[in-house]
Amino acid sequence: MKPQELLPHLFRTEFTKITAVLAKHFGMANIQLAEDIASDTFLLAVETWSFKGIPENPTAWLYAVAKNKAKNSIHRQRIFANKIAAELNDRESDVPVDIELSEKNITDSLLQMLFALCHPCIPVEAQIGLSLRILCGFGIDEIADAFLTNKETINKRLFRAREKLRTEKVVMEFPGNAEIDKRLAAVLTTLYLLFNEGYYSESRDPVLRDDLCLEAMRLTYLLIENPQTNVPSVNALFSLMCFHASRFEARKGKSGELVFYEDQDESLWNRELIGRGAFFLHQATVGNNLTKYQLEASIAYWHTVKTDSEEKWTNILQLYDVLLQIEDSPLAALNRAYAYSKVNGESKAIHEAEKLSLNDNHYYFTLLGELYKDLDHHRAIDNFEKALLKARNKTDQQTLRHKIEQLSKQH
Amino acid sequence: MDEFMLIFRHQDGSKLASPEQMQIWMKQTMDWINGIAAQNKFIGGNGLPFDDARVVRHNHVVTNGPFGEIKETIGGYIMVKASSVDEAVEFAKGCPVLQGDGNTVEVRRIAKGDGIH
Repeated sequence: MKPQELLPHLFRTEFTKITAVLAKHFGMANIQLAEDIASDTFLLAVETWSFKGIPENPTAWLYAVAKNKAKNSIHRQRIFANKIAAELNDRESDVPVDIELSEKNITDSLLQMLFALCHPCIPVEAQIGLSLRILCGFGIDEIADAFLTNKETINKRLFRAREKLRTEKVVMEFPGNAEIDKRLAAVLTTLYLLFNEGYYSESRDPVLRDDLCLEAMRLTYLLIENPQTNVPSVNALFSLMCFHASRFEARKGKSGELVFYEDQDESLWNRELIGRGAFFLHQATVGNNLTKYQLEASIAYWHTVKTDSEEKWTNILQLYDVLLQIEDSPLAALNRAYAYSKVNGESKAIHEAEKLSLNDNHYYFTLLGELYKDLDHHRAIDNFEKALLKARNKTDQQTLRHKIEQLSKQH
Repeated sequence: MDEFMLIFRHQDGSKLASPEQMQIWMKQTMDWINGIAAQNKFIGGNGLPFDDARVVRHNHVVTNGPFGEIKETIGGYIMVKASSVDEAVEFAKGCPVLQGDGNTVEVRRIAKGDGIH
């Protein structure tokens, strides 16, 4: 590793571990304290290393400093409890000061933290924000950038989420066998959204977009490495992420803009990731518990084959049919209609699509525009214009304007 | 050859930076110090962290600090060898701390203890 990447790298990998272990020690109610100690540790590293040089084992240095800071903090709390609030029950003095930053304790703490942060009592948006902060070591600026909002909003959101953790008395522990399926489902939803947040983010910073996705993958892989959570749905989600991630390079335009699937140079697709995706999809097709992740991963698999074929689209259509039975989502219904057009032709697909009448959804009109393109260019333009009125993000608006321009030129 | 101490004063020492900013700051500081050390004129230095900082007053009252009491706080120092105060000032001009608006580097000659100074 180049020395100029050392600190960001260490921050990404170690901030999270230190925070998780300390939060385990202090309790989730004091999660802010754990974050602060981890941040302070890095500040001290910069202040010391700048003058004295980088120590031989930077990670060990960080752990030792974090431990000391934690012990001092406990000591101060004890003084407060004994001298100032003696009438309160002195919980701390019963807890031995033994903070263990071993590999095993780090992994356990990270997993428990993942379950704690994805507790159903916390709004999903806040779960993602907290996960980015605590499990991925993202700065407030970066989170604000990813959500296209400002620092204050993110700070407030995180503050409320931490309050919620406190008032709901969320504990850092591995859920019991009776609960694990339900809790794991919540964790997977958050990881899925975390990945999507990166994959579909409008942030102009491609590095940030990829980082979000890679962090979601890292956390999902934590679950695969743990025998209790190495279940088909987790493997399926990881497979889905691998397939999407294989297109990172191909979807990056020269100035950071997105290159759409149809326009991508497929020689830039990462074959290794596609291979890994296929491996984990295979791992996911055991047992009889079919989740949307297996279906979406299978659909994503077919998209790694760029050449159109009847086999490809028939399979995709069937997968969407099953997916819609599990989860009735407008986006899946629209994608199904697109697959339907590839199998049965545009005019039949228009009939299918119009049945959805999702009149508030700009993707609905975009799809209709696409389907009408070769049949009736007036109607195609008409639909693209309707879509443009409803499209909120800039990328979508630009794409639609471009489509309208192209069509108007042709005729 | 005299010895000088270069003392960094920050306007806001508690500002939390992103790891990328920290990295940049660390690299700049290291480059600056290495530049002085290459001339064999660097004696030593350190950062002065704020945690566990205390102020002890004349009546032995100890407070945490110095937070929010003074505008500028000392964030670190280095000691250099220089033939004149002007040379030491030239070293100080390269200090990355000065990129912060309102930050200063104070240059002070270190007393030799030879009975003259």
